[in-house]
This record gives sequence, C-alpha cells and structure tokens, in this order.
Amino acid sequence: MSLEFSADAQAKIAALCERYPTKQPVVMAALHIAQKQFGHLSDDALRLVASTLGLPYAHVYGVATFYTMYRREPSGATTIRMCTNISCMLRGGYDVLAAFEKQLGVKKGGTTSNKLFTLVEEECIAACANAPCAIAGTKYLLDITPDQVPSIIAALEKNPSPESEVV
Amino acid sequence: MTAPIGTKLVSARFGNLEAQTLAGYERTGGYQSLRKALAMRPDDITAEVKASNLRGRGGAGFSTGMKWSFVPKDAKTVHLVCNADESEPGTCKDRELIYWDPHLLIEGMIVAAHALKAVHNYIYIRGEMMREYVVLQKAVDEAYARGYLGKNVLGTGLEIHLTVHRGAGAYICGEETALLNSLEGLRGQPRLKPPFPAVKGLFGNPTIVNNVETLMNVPFIIDKGGAWFNELGTGRSGGTRMLCVSGHVNKPGVFELPMGITFNEIINDVCGGVWKGRAVKAVIPGGVSMPPLDASELDVPCEFDALQTDERIKPVMVSPTQPFDLGGGRQLRTMAGSGGVVVLDDQTDIPKAVWRIMKFFAHESCGQCTPCREGTGWLEKVSRRVADGNGKPDDLELLASISHGIAGNTICALGDAAAWPMLGFLTKFRADFEAKLKNVKTRAA
Ligand SMILES: Cc1cc2nc3c(=O)[nH]c(=O)nc-3n(C[C@H](O)[C@H](O)[C@H](O)COP(=O)(O)O)c2cc1C
Ligand code: SF4
Ligand code: FES
Repeated sequence: MSLEFSADAQAKIAALCERYPTKQPVVMAALHIAQKQFGHLSDDALRLVASTLGLPYAHVYGVATFYTMYRREPSGATTIRMCTNISCMLRGGYDVLAAFEKQLGVKKGGTTSNKLFTLVEEECIAACANAPCAIAGTKYLLDITPDQVPSIIAALEKNPSPESEVV
Repeated sequence: MTAPIGTKLVSARFGNLEAQTLAGYERTGGYQSLRKALAMRPDDITAEVKASNLRGRGGAGFSTGMKWSFVPKDAKTVHLVCNADESEPGTCKDRELIYWDPHLLIEGMIVAAHALKAVHNYIYIRGEMMREYVVLQKAVDEAYARGYLGKNVLGTGLEIHLTVHRGAGAYICGEETALLNSLEGLRGQPRLKPPFPAVKGLFGNPTIVNNVETLMNVPFIIDKGGAWFNELGTGRSGGTRMLCVSGHVNKPGVFELPMGITFNEIINDVCGGVWKGRAVKAVIPGGVSMPPLDASELDVPCEFDALQTDERIKPVMVSPTQPFDLGGGRQLRTMAGSGGVVVLDDQTDIPKAVWRIMKFFAHESCGQCTPCREGTGWLEKVSRRVADGNGKPDDLELLASISHGIAGNTICALGDAAAWPMLGFLTKFRADFEAKLKNVKTRAA
C-alpha cells in the first residue's frame, strides 16, 4: 500500500525545505509529520518520507530508528512518559510508575487493550524540581503522588492528548 | 562584589504570562538591546561579551566571547545554533526559560547572529518539549512579522533567519557535534574534534553552539555593558546563574542565584533545608555527569572555577592511592556542569542511586566507541548487582577499572560523564558500597 501526505503536510514540508540548504535536514520534521498523519512510522511511511525528500530509504530508516520518539508500531492515544531518573527516583518516581502500571493494567512499554494509553519509562524530562513528574501527551504532570494516578487516568480517558498534535 | 540574592536577569519575567507575547515583551523593555546592538559593529559586540566574562551555561563553562572569536575572520557563511536540548538529569532551567521568556532568547540570538555575521540560525529544541516548542515557534513567527527577523532586520539591510528544529528523543543530541549531525538530518552521533564547530560545524561552515541561558544573557550585556555584567559575578565568571535544585530539599525549584553562592546557602537559605529534618549525604553539583560532593564540602561556592580547584573538595580517585589524572597531572574534583543541583539525604541508598545514573548512561550511549558502548553497559550491570546486594568481592575494583578504561578514550564526553560520577561516588561513599558487599558475605556464610 503506498501512502500520500495530506495537502497540509505537503505544504509544511515544502516550507521547511526553504529553511535549509538541502532537503536532508527536513527528515526529522517530515518523520514527525508522517507520524502525526499515519499514527506510526510503518515501512510505507518511511518510504513516503524518503521519496518526498529524495533520500535513500536506508537513510530515513536509520534516522527513524535512532530517536526514541519515533514509533514504528501503533501506540495508544495518549503516551505517558514517566520519569524515573535521579531526581524523580529520590522522591518516589518508581512508586508512581508502579501506580500507573497498576491503574492501566500494563507494564512499562505496554499499550492498553482499549488503545487509549501507552506507558513509557522515560529518562529525565527537564522538570526535576517538580519530581516526580511525567509527560502525558503534550502536557506536563508535576509533583505526582501515587494516589493521584486514578484521577489523572480518568481525565485523560475523557480528553486524550496525542503527542503529535503539536506538529 | 557579587550580586545579592534576588538579582534577576534571565528569570525576571517568570510568572508573567503576558511576556510570552511580543507585545508583552516589548512593554517590559524587550528588543531595546537589539536596537542598540544593531548600531554597534559586530567586533565591538564580541568585545563586550568577552569583557562580561559570560561563561557557557550548557556544561563546560567556556568563555562565550572567546568562543565567538574563534570563527575565522574570512568565513563566508557562519551559523549560530542554540542548544535547547536540555536533558542532563537534574537540569530543568532551559525549559522554564524558553517557556516564560521566548523573546529574550530570540533577541539574544539576533544580537549574537549580528556579532557573528550569521544569516541562517537554528534553535535545536528537545522533542519532548512540546509545550515549549509551541510557545517558541509562535514567538519566532511574531518576531518575523514585526521585522526583527527576516531579509531586512528593522530596515538595516541585515538578513537574519531563525528556524526552530525539533529533536525526537536522544540525550546525546545535547552534545554539540551530535546536535549538528542531527540538524543535518543524520543520526545524532558525535563527531571527532578537532575540527571544532567554530571552524567547521553545520553544513561544513563555522558554527557557534551556545546554550539557551548563555544566549539569553547577551541582551543584558549589550544594555548595561560587559563591565557591569562582570561585576555581578565573581571576577572570573560574570552574571548570575540559573540553578535547578531537586531531590531531598523542602523547597525544590529553579532559581536565579548569585554566581558565588555556596551549596550550604542554596540548601538552607534558598530551599528551606533538607526534607524530613534529615541531613545531607551527598550533593550532585551540576547534573549527573559531575562527581558528587559530600556533606563536608558544601561551603564551596557553586561556581565554575571553584568547583574545579577548591582544595576543600577531595580529588576523585581511581584507587585509594591513585588520583584520577585529567591530563598533565591535573586532578579531578568536580565541575559546575549544567546547574542541576541534586541533594541526597542521609537515608539515601547511594549504590542504588548510582545504578540509576549508570542505567541512564548505558541507555544513552550512541554506540560509536567501544569503551563507552561496552563500558557503560558493564557499569550498569555491575552497579546493579552491587546495589541489589548480589555483588562480588572485587566488584568495586571492577567498577573503578571499567570507569578508568572509559575516561578519556572516547569520541565525546559522554564516556567521561559516566566514568567521573562512578569514580566520584566510589571515592567519597565507599563505605556505602562496602556495606552492600558485606551483606552478601554474611548471607553466603
Ligand atoms: C553528553 C553531552 C550532553 C550535553 N547536553 C547538553 C544539553 O542538553 N544542553 C546544552 O546546552 N549543552 C549540552 N552539552 C554541552 C554542549 O556540548 C556544548 O558544550 C554547549 O551547548 C555549548 O554552549 P555554551 O558554551 O553556551 O555552554 C552536552 C555535552 C555532552 C558531552
Ligand atoms: S563516547 Fe559514547 S556517546 Fe560519545 S560518541 Fe562515543 S559511544 Fe557515542
Ligand atoms: S530526573 Fe525526572 S525530570 Fe529530571
């Protein structure tokens, strides 16, 4: 199955190509844009990015697999990125991660069966002074305690926050 | 004379949401320094920045004016790149700075671009900072619409462009040459240095990479002068400093503080002391890449030179009798790093905390150099079994020798960033590690 970029996506990519001396630097943005449109980066999506920018497929594949935010598989509507790095760990980050796992019924790295959530253990998200913290979709969750987790999940069930909405 | 507590430059607009907009920024004096700078000769701007003793806030603390002057005089195409990839654990100032005062960064970059004669300039912002990206892109669009950016900046005939480039999750892209590769649309793997970016950087052109906070200080230097800025500091480093205090204190936070403030003052006067009435066990002074301080070393100022040379800080050792050699017999104490101050109280499980730090580096190694790729993996594995109480009798020597094998033998400083804290914790908290090993022996017997 071959894919096509929407008119809006094509316009965005064309505008970005003006900002660099070649098209190659646009690959990161094009992958973000493809992920927004298609939900994840299938082989076909990578082929589309490659042909749009005139790059070898292998190059695009290499870039897409280097960075952790690019998804090769479908994920839940909202990705929860829970930090367990030093500052968060010192203030109970692993307990909050466990509370998310319990509430969602999945282990870290997993996606819930209703496809609403993906739970990821994240490295430092640059909010250490508000540890423990997480990013849920595009929003920061700060100073989280385990007992807040059920209401956080309930709110996100009603209002999912897809990461790629900012692209 | 250093600035009193409460002096605010880069954080002055924190909490004022209106300042995110161009109108709000201009109402509070924004873009006046740019007007002044546009009337100055590029070399005079660089001279002013040199005189200010502004030092890079991204990690290495290198003199900003000096760095700018490394760009070859006959260079045709120069780029300025802002490093907004902030991901050093313990560090959370750039994200706040961008969120609250995006136009201050843009103004600083336009001034710097004018000084460097740079036309096409970029902000590399960490992919996970989605909220900040939206705020920043909006501010850039406003600055274009108002003529601060574009083909003819404020009618001066200068062409200055600014493009926000989003990352996609990779700590290593904070290292400046990895960042440049990522900007070029490659995998974010560091380059061998030399050549340094100031000579051969983005797209093969001379490129200056500066941290967010570094560039945000530039408008103040233009406004009030390099000498004024230097006066605020300690003599060897000018201005104030954003510190991110996290961990076991009563009031963690992101604070703009005097350059010469001591760790005891930070913990007790600024952050309300250690939580739960406990005492300090260890302090990581500038992000997890930096060797820790113990409780007896906290009267030292949190300043670039002091942390490297103050003799009250014990040197990092490879073994109980062999100090770590930074080269030429120079000892490693610690460094100011990224401004991420992490406080660990006296009930902290030190080996477990160290394992978490090693896990981070093993995860983030880009895999190009064998000592780093294999070494960080081993550090994680061995530190984990020690922390879990399953260590072997020689494991502490093993951890030290792996670290020593990594340090100084890799393409970029991520290898050192893993090795230094490992050695530092082993040097200063050996008893904590030994206690874990002792448990193993008792259980076996
Ligand atoms: C592994 C590694 C990660 C780094 N991460 C960052 C970062 O997230 N932000 C940053 O500004 N500098 C980071 N640096 C430092 C940069 O390489 C570079 O020195 C800095 O951006 C220069 O700006 P400055 O002179 O204004 O400090 C990192 C360095 C290394 C070795
Ligand atoms: S030191 Fe580590 S992160 Fe740096 S280039 Fe080598 S393998 Fe990559
Ligand atoms: S350590 Fe969790 S946000 Fe920095």
